[in-house]
Amino acid sequence: MAYAAGVDVGSTQTKAVVIDEAGRIAGRALIDTGANVTVAAERAFLEALRDAGVREEEVEYVVGTGYGRYRVTFGNTQVTEISCHGRGAVHMFPGTHTVLDMGGQDTKAIRVGPTGEIVDFCMNDKCAAGTGRFLGAAASALDIPLDQLGPTALRAERPVQISTTCTVFAESEVLSWLGKGKKIEDILQGVHQSIALRSMGLLRRVGIEQQVTFTGGVARNIGMIAALEKRMGSKMNVSEESHFMGALGAALLAMDHILAGRGPVAAGRLA
Amino acid sequence: MNEGTKEPVNGIVGRGNREGAELFRQWFAGLNQTAEEGGTAAYVFVMGSMSEIMRTFNLPVVFPEINSLQTAVRRVAHEYLNQAEDYGYSPDICGYVKADVAVQLRGGQHPMGRIPKPALAVLTNACNTYIKWAEIWERMYHIPTFTLDIPGTRAAGTQTWPGDPDFENDRRYVQAQITELIALCERVTGIKFDIDRLREVMGYANEMSRGWRQVLDFNKNQPSLFNALTDGTIYLGVANGFRGSAEGGSYFSRLVEEMAYKTAHGVGTLNEEKYRLTFVGVPCYPIFRRFNELFTEWGGTFVHSTYLWFASGGANVGFEYDLTRPLESLAEGVLISVRDAMDSMFYQDRALIQMIDEFHLDGVVYHPVKSCRTTSTGMADNRRAVMAERDIASLFIESDMMDRRVVSEAQLKNRIDAFFEGLASRKRQELVAS
Repeated sequence: MAYAAGVDVGSTQTKAVVIDEAGRIAGRALIDTGANVTVAAERAFLEALRDAGVREEEVEYVVGTGYGRYRVTFGNTQVTEISCHGRGAVHMFPGTHTVLDMGGQDTKAIRVGPTGEIVDFCMNDKCAAGTGRFLGAAASALDIPLDQLGPTALRAERPVQISTTCTVFAESEVLSWLGKGKKIEDILQGVHQSIALRSMGLLRRVGIEQQVTFTGGVARNIGMIAALEKRMGSKMNVSEESHFMGALGAALLAMDHILAGRGPVAAGRLA
Repeated sequence: MNEGTKEPVNGIVGRGNREGAELFRQWFAGLNQTAEEGGTAAYVFVMGSMSEIMRTFNLPVVFPEINSLQTAVRRVAHEYLNQAEDYGYSPDICGYVKADVAVQLRGGQHPMGRIPKPALAVLTNACNTYIKWAEIWERMYHIPTFTLDIPGTRAAGTQTWPGDPDFENDRRYVQAQITELIALCERVTGIKFDIDRLREVMGYANEMSRGWRQVLDFNKNQPSLFNALTDGTIYLGVANGFRGSAEGGSYFSRLVEEMAYKTAHGVGTLNEEKYRLTFVGVPCYPIFRRFNELFTEWGGTFVHSTYLWFASGGANVGFEYDLTRPLESLAEGVLISVRDAMDSMFYQDRALIQMIDEFHLDGVVYHPVKSCRTTSTGMADNRRAVMAERDIASLFIESDMMDRRVVSEAQLKNRIDAFFEGLASRKRQELVAS
């Protein structure tokens, strides 16, 4: 049995996935990235191996992805998280044609082909508005744990309108709404709707083609799913493994290489 | 040996870059000398410089846009931008304008030497910022500014040509303005207009236009003979700074020789040209070389660029003046060329579709920049139009032509890498299909 691994070094968290030849997840790990990216990648990889009960030498190919992909020093090659999320999403939901990946500092809209290859993509530029960081700023201002953001937002009755597009200023705006006596759930729903609106802009730029699969850490937020589906007017695919989709895609691309003949590939090149 | 130049024939490869750099040094040395001697110059712009008229009156030409981009290439633009912003300009104002304002505030001090003060400014309506920019000099130096109003294309695909009544009306309108410009130059310089001198200058401009058109066409060759982003920008600098001069005409004739030599000997820009690309917009000057490397590392090379069209003032169309009727022909040429420069920004989709076919392109890279609305505004729409007609990969990346504060190499690299991963998938699928 051959194993492959993907390590997704993101801005806030590092994810690692080990898969078997059938593409089944054998083990996974999730840790905070911290200041030392290389150490984070190694730790996540080793934890995923332990979770899978697989020895390091049994893993024949490792693909690094995410912003820290070039710091995955033990990896055989690097692939952008854009390609990896596409590959992972189509593996989980073969009817996927559009992927929305919402991470810590990036939101990406990706249109994919039948095997998950990129047809077109679009990302937020220059600022973290409309990303997980935006939600983090709101959570900090309202002193609410991240995992309670979605459920709290869903209790809203009269959502406020968040007008700022700046993550830093969002915190001030949230505080100003609190000062006006607005309920926390109404403010949070406003934050979710604001992010959904920006995400829809990215999706429209690449063209929304059903089915849409939602990936990334923010896909665990039920409030975000609801806000996006309401604005889109249709349901999205959301996997239990959404947070690991980049690492899974990387592992699947690694397995593609193993199964394609185990030939060496120059670093950074999948062509 | 190459008979004309007495240099080894293998020295011909890269000659255009070497000679272009040397001409640039000479140009700025000349400007520096003029400034040191208390002389003045004509401030002109790349889209409709009217260099033919300026040279007829022996006016040195200063291109503030080129001065500004040079500060970015030399990695000191931030010092100039900060100075202009400290003076009161917003971070959102065109970076070229702000760097020039700082040059003026420094008494013409520039990384390549001192820039002389203006005697007059000549501009066109090809960029609306030109008009506000010239007003700054007008207030600073109390100099005359002359705005040449060029009738642009009224609607996509409706360009008219000599002989057409609409074209002739537009041509007469431009010619009347040129006559006024000549009168202004006579007043400013105290030199009487000499139509034979104009003929001579236009003859050199013809040699350049002919050569420029040929050079651009040469890159249909596979592999491509020059990188439109890096090498092309050097050629472009000469096309602007030396238009209407003997050196400028000769440079382009020699550049054509270089391209012919490279074609005959299969000399390309990359060892392995995997992807042929075109670049739409203004380059990312703050990381000029590195930006290009982000593409060449993947085997991608820019074989063409709309920048070489609009920033040469439309010289790419290769219009050659009829020297038997200089003023009328100059008006025709300016009208056709500047109109084409504007079309390269506003109606670029038709030309790009043609380019995709003729240059065998694999991808189109759109580069909207924060500080230039004129070149960036219509890109999203143009991209949609191109993609609706051709199944071609495209990349839309934003940064700036001057301001390194909005140039994030990590973000650019991520998008560029993903673009090439998509291109690689396309190539694989094409192979399977064939």
